[in-house]
Amino acid sequence: MAAAMPLALFVLQLLGPGGWCLAEPQRDSLREELVITPLPSGDVAATFQFRTRWDSELQREGVSHYRLFPKALGQLISKYSLRELHLSFTQGFWRTRYWGPPFLQAPSGAELWVWFQDTVTNVDKSWKELSNVLSGIFCASLNFIDSTNTVTPTASFKPLGLANDTDHYFLRYAVLPREVVCTENLTPWKKLLPCSSKAGLSVLLKADRLFHTSYHSQAVHIRPVCRNARCTSISWELRQTLSVVFDAFITGQGKKDWSLFRMFSRTLTEPCPLASESRVYVDITNYNQDNETLEVNPPPTTTYQDVILGTRKTYAIYDLLDTATINNSRNLNIQLKWKRPAENGYIHYQPAQDRLQPHLLEMLIQLPANSVTKVSIQFERALLKWTEYTPDPNHGFYVSPSVLSALVPSMVAAKPVDWEESPLFNSLFPVSDGSNYFVRLYTEPLLVNLPTPDFSMPYNVICLTCTVVAVCYGSFYNLLTRTFHIEEPRTGGLAKRLANLIRRIRGVPLL
Amino acid sequence: MAAAGAAATDLEVVRGKRAALFFAAVAIVLGLPLWWKTTETYRASLPYSQISGLNALQLRLMVPVTVVFTRESVPLDDQEKLPFTVVHEREIPLKYKMKIKCRFQKAYRRALDYEEEALSSGSAQEAEAMLDEPQEQAEGSLTVYVISEHSSLLPQDMMSYIGPKRTAVVRGIMHREAFNIIGRRIIQVAQAMSLTEDVLAAALADHLPEDKWSAEKRRPLKSSLGYEITFSLLNPDPKSHDVHWDIEGAVRRYVQPFLNALSAAGNFSVDSQILYYAMLGVNPRFDSASSSYYLDMHNLPHVINPVESRLGSSAASLYPVLNFLLYVPELAHSPLYIQDKDGAPVATNAFHSPRWGGIMVYNVDSKAYNASALPVRVEVDMVRVMEVFLAQLRLLFGIAQPQVPPKCLLSGPKSEGLTTWELDRLLWARSVENLATATTTLTSLAQLLGKISNIVIKDNVASEVYRAVAAIQKSAEELASGHLASAFVASQEAVTSSECAFFDPSLLHLLYFPDDQKFAIYIPLFLPMAVPILLSLVKIFLETRKSWKKPEKTD
Repeated sequence: MAAAMPLALFVLQLLGPGGWCLAEPQRDSLREELVITPLPSGDVAATFQFRTRWDSELQREGVSHYRLFPKALGQLISKYSLRELHLSFTQGFWRTRYWGPPFLQAPSGAELWVWFQDTVTNVDKSWKELSNVLSGIFCASLNFIDSTNTVTPTASFKPLGLANDTDHYFLRYAVLPREVVCTENLTPWKKLLPCSSKAGLSVLLKADRLFHTSYHSQAVHIRPVCRNARCTSISWELRQTLSVVFDAFITGQGKKDWSLFRMFSRTLTEPCPLASESRVYVDITNYNQDNETLEVNPPPTTTYQDVILGTRKTYAIYDLLDTATINNSRNLNIQLKWKRPAENGYIHYQPAQDRLQPHLLEMLIQLPANSVTKVSIQFERALLKWTEYTPDPNHGFYVSPSVLSALVPSMVAAKPVDWEESPLFNSLFPVSDGSNYFVRLYTEPLLVNLPTPDFSMPYNVICLTCTVVAVCYGSFYNLLTRTFHIEEPRTGGLAKRLANLIRRIRGVPLL
Repeated sequence: MAAAGAAATDLEVVRGKRAALFFAAVAIVLGLPLWWKTTETYRASLPYSQISGLNALQLRLMVPVTVVFTRESVPLDDQEKLPFTVVHEREIPLKYKMKIKCRFQKAYRRALDYEEEALSSGSAQEAEAMLDEPQEQAEGSLTVYVISEHSSLLPQDMMSYIGPKRTAVVRGIMHREAFNIIGRRIIQVAQAMSLTEDVLAAALADHLPEDKWSAEKRRPLKSSLGYEITFSLLNPDPKSHDVHWDIEGAVRRYVQPFLNALSAAGNFSVDSQILYYAMLGVNPRFDSASSSYYLDMHNLPHVINPVESRLGSSAASLYPVLNFLLYVPELAHSPLYIQDKDGAPVATNAFHSPRWGGIMVYNVDSKAYNASALPVRVEVDMVRVMEVFLAQLRLLFGIAQPQVPPKCLLSGPKSEGLTTWELDRLLWARSVENLATATTTLTSLAQLLGKISNIVIKDNVASEVYRAVAAIQKSAEELASGHLASAFVASQEAVTSSECAFFDPSLLHLLYFPDDQKFAIYIPLFLPMAVPILLSLVKIFLETRKSWKKPEKTD
């Protein structure tokens, strides 16, 4: 494509020599932040936030000069006269019951809501075009947003940024729950970061780790904010957020310890030179009632305490811009260890492989007295290959019963008996001492109704309809076009002819 | 009894025949049209004959040239004949289906008083300034002043002068054949200022068969309604270099005037951005002799692709984007130079990629490293950078150096870096290119619609096609009558409408509906219905023929 062309340089009579506007303060800034929260369930949540602030009023200026703010989004703001844009891509569901309240909320799939400026005349057209452009930028199917899945909420989605009036006519909201989030959505999102994924916190954003998680949510929020305390002019704020929940419990063989390297398979090596703030926060709040304590390594220089989402939290802070943080060991790998390991239970889980082996889940649990323990397993109903269905698939499919084996303390202390001598009905299970006896319980098998497809429906319908039509038509046609008349009974027929043939051979007069 | 029975049977037979015929009639009269109507694809009528006529369109590009004779420029008795008009027409030989003819319509007249006065002044620039004031010339037209043979307006050895506006000056001659000789000189000058084969060949480069110059000719951007220009500063090593560029001032001072002058050719939008950690795709070669790094010419094509993915271009508009990248090499690869074919470093340290943009490598002064700790603050010298980028911009817009006739003085460009006649020449070329593009688009659309019968043609597509055809015809007429501005506008409309029709999404709706599936659906219904009808029709036909032949036999 490219061809080196020694340029025939014009001697351009340029207007004046051009003076410098020296040492103008930067009008944009970048802050980046990572919060690591060990969740009550044993999982670990990591929340990245990258905030780019730009002191510019995008709409007014004809020529735009971008530095940290990505040009692709800046052009969108000015072309479609956006006031606010909120776009999120989420895979999985934030389980508040087990994980506690999230910092950033997002529905599964893709969500887009936009406030337009009140100068926009045809909001629906801009909305359609905008969703198409965004689908190009983020490689997502946002182009499927149309009037059938767009709403204009009147109460719930107030502008998050600076806003004078809130006329809901300029708000559009759409969710695509089917959207599958994957690497191709993450890559363009990373490209919007000033340090790309070369330095700073963004080096941790490695796709193959981020998508091996229970929950993944990435978002882009653009809104106008006050430039100063008196709010005389506005700045644009772009927040790129990314939350993931690592299933540390399963990948960590039952231990709740984690480290940056184990989660992201990377460590922090250098701060992003463009960022004015670059920090890692680790939640070290002692939320468990029992005296488990946790230990972070390397020890943090400072901590931060605040009430967040209604509870008091303590965070260890690692400031990447502080040269001491990284220089010690050339990289920063934050590790968290629980001082006292969790319950001395035992969990063995062997996941199923399709058509090869079933799931196996074994748990060794010590039950407190007078308690109810529920173990529930979620499963999805899936379609089988059509040859794998049993002859009566509507009967359902059986899931084998679960087994409970227990040593139950005996009410009465029995004296140890001679094993050989005791009756047979009492001696299948060996018992070590007389204070316990062994019980094995089986649950009922589960009968699951799987969806059964109709394999040949369309052609059946076509064939059946056509046959019915053809039969009706044929008899009708015959009835109308055939001539019916009474035929004289002809004696004989084939038999007579045969008889005559034989008679002719024999020379006997014909019948 | 038997006769009555036979009569009744005959009656039945006739009734049966009638019923069969009636069935056939209903099937043909009602069923077939109903089926046809419900399954047909809607196709609005299109001006196919006009579209095929466009291919044989003859383009006459008329350049109105006003030739003004001052006193003593030609012999007196020749002056008596003024004013009159001469048309010089010439076919431009291009291997293209459109015939393009170039007409120079020269209107000869005598100079007015103020023109005499202006042309008797000391230098061409002064004369230019004085002539400039009173009248505004129409786009595409030229005015050539013929001055006396011994006038001191031009240096003695120069025969003609091309000004920055739409004017030129040609030295006259006292000779019996004065008009002829001057006429030839005028044509030479006028061609240099308006239309030459080169310009048109470059404009039609995409539509011409490949030849050895085509790569050169395909350098300019294709004609479009607008263009986006993006200046990007690539700083792959922000830890070592803290690069600042006054792009706002540079755009205001150098780029905007140029684009204002070009504004007749399209809409322009200018953006700039800084990209950090954006690397080139190739590793430069280290030259230990000069302790510097080199990019070979054959490596340059690989430079662009990795950068391109981060440029974020054309997110919000459909216009083509011109990228100008200023690359400050990382500390580990500094200084970096671009080598040409012979291995010598390129003076400007820049190169351009046809229809894409230009890249300039900007090395940080090595003295800066000694002075201070990293990162080094770098202030980019925007004059040096903009000189290169503007020269590349001219190339990419196809504003090439004119072929100046011998002994002709060319005035320097105006402060915007673009002369008025260069702009006119660009508009001529763009109009022709637009017409060729629109014609090609319409022809392929017509071909496509003829080939694939499943395509729906909606009314709005048809109206776009009609509009495009009308705009092409209007543009051709305006070109023939020398109205360049309106011709250019019409040609743009033609391109817009024709592409709008060609890329209309409704064309694709029913595209995939193969015949075998159609028959799979039709046959179970149609076969059992058609067979009895056909059989009884055949039977009736045979019987009728037999009954016709019978009377002949009895004769």
